[in-house]
Amino acid sequence: MKAESNLEKILEKGLFALTAELGPPKGNDVGVVEKKANLLKGYVDAINVTDNQTAIVRMSSIAACSLLVRMGLEPVMQMVTRDRNRIAMQSDIFGASALGIKNMLCLTGDHQSFGNQIDSKNVHDLDSIQLIDCVRTVRDEKTILDGDDEVEGDIKIFIGAAANPFGDPFEFRVVRLAKKVAAGVDFIQTQCIYDMPRFKEWMKMVRDRGLHEKVHILAGVTPLKSGGMARYMAKNVSGITIPEGIIDRMVKAEKPAEEGIKLCVAQIQELRETEGVHGVHIMAIEWEHRVAEIAEMAGLLPRPTA
Amino acid sequence: MIKAEQKPLDEILTFLEPYNKILLVGCNACVAVCHAGGEKEVGLLASALRMVRKKSGQKLEILEDCSTRQCEPEFVDELREKRENVEAILSIACGVGVQTVAKRFPDIPVYPGVNTTFMGETEELGVWTERCQACGNCILHLTGGICPVARCAKQLFNGPCGGSSEGKCEIKTDVDCAWQLIYDRMKELGQLHKLEEFIPAKKWSLSRDGGPRKIEREDLKL
Repeated sequence: MKAESNLEKILEKGLFALTAELGPPKGNDVGVVEKKANLLKGYVDAINVTDNQTAIVRMSSIAACSLLVRMGLEPVMQMVTRDRNRIAMQSDIFGASALGIKNMLCLTGDHQSFGNQIDSKNVHDLDSIQLIDCVRTVRDEKTILDGDDEVEGDIKIFIGAAANPFGDPFEFRVVRLAKKVAAGVDFIQTQCIYDMPRFKEWMKMVRDRGLHEKVHILAGVTPLKSGGMARYMAKNVSGITIPEGIIDRMVKAEKPAEEGIKLCVAQIQELRETEGVHGVHIMAIEWEHRVAEIAEMAGLLPRPTA
Repeated sequence: MIKAEQKPLDEILTFLEPYNKILLVGCNACVAVCHAGGEKEVGLLASALRMVRKKSGQKLEILEDCSTRQCEPEFVDELREKRENVEAILSIACGVGVQTVAKRFPDIPVYPGVNTTFMGETEELGVWTERCQACGNCILHLTGGICPVARCAKQLFNGPCGGSSEGKCEIKTDVDCAWQLIYDRMKELGQLHKLEEFIPAKKWSLSRDGGPRKIEREDLKL
């Protein structure tokens, strides 16, 4: 065991994992974190806390994660390389571990031109794969990156990263994953999946390289709320492809929200049967109250105790 | 080479408000190539400034000149005589040239007439794009001659982010994804296996992050 987090234990036991996402508030309102967290409590194995997603300024991931730990919940602290250099990142890894955070997701982060601080300077001292290497160094070699300085204490972090089978060039996507595995990643959460054939093609490439036996892959899903949302995401969110058939189904649905949930449940069931998929990650954007229902309908409840 | 764009005329006029006689000096090197600060642009800008100031009733006298290379002190020295007769200097060389002039003539204000934008290539007539960030530790041998430091919006070293779509970068549809270009070229060269190698954390200490840089060549010193 690398971190003995609940998520790691579930995955190591070979159980199908379930994680969800929580977006912190645009301020210090603890009540928002608590409310969202309570909606997820008991229904998922760990909760991802985003790090200023889409480059919108929010409560820091590390602080919101710490609030979850206090509530007895298990967070996955997302960390983007956009905003911190290697000094700040290693310092935050030490701090996160000290606060009881045991899972981390290493990301590059959305470009700041999408957010509300478009004139900011981006850092990218490390890229996401170099960050994985950095966390692994701190944890396993017990030194800081490229240095002999020993880490005081014992950093136990279960290291995660993202994968996007829908970005281009498609053939290189599996290479990116292989590089993340070689750098020391323990689990992967994918970009949200709508294009099932392309995801399955990617998974086949993953299995051909034997990567599914070296890393736990959690497939990402996002329930669609409306036809408008489907159209918007397909057009504006980079790295997401939504097949026309799904958009059409959402647009024509009498009760779009219910249709979106039905679709999501069906996707989860299909993903569960895909060899090499060890869990799902539900990114219900500002829809945390529907996660329990999706999990129930998908037959993922009750959650096992690790 | 170095690319630049002329500052808005209004901004330049604001700098020159207190003066009645200035020296406008261009540079015949990089900024002339990108049509921002060469001899031709000195003439055009001088005419525009004279016209606006004449209309406003506060005439501006402008001496014109254009250095061979404004980043070299001996060429800047040639401005000495003209400098004696003016109250301020407006330079439309790159930021390096402006500073060489300022250093050479410490007792007179020097203003920049262009924004220095990047080191780049001429793609076609009137189109220039960024190519190099002068990071001090070239990795072009690893990336098929295409630089992710200068050309990837996130300066990634180990492949494209999830925002690469149909060859374009997520930030703008008219920006090529550097990693798509790298992938295509390495594929063409039969060297895709090289992209499987992990590129470790970069030594940014060799870039500007390590402080202002200096090159000293003993063999060339007098």
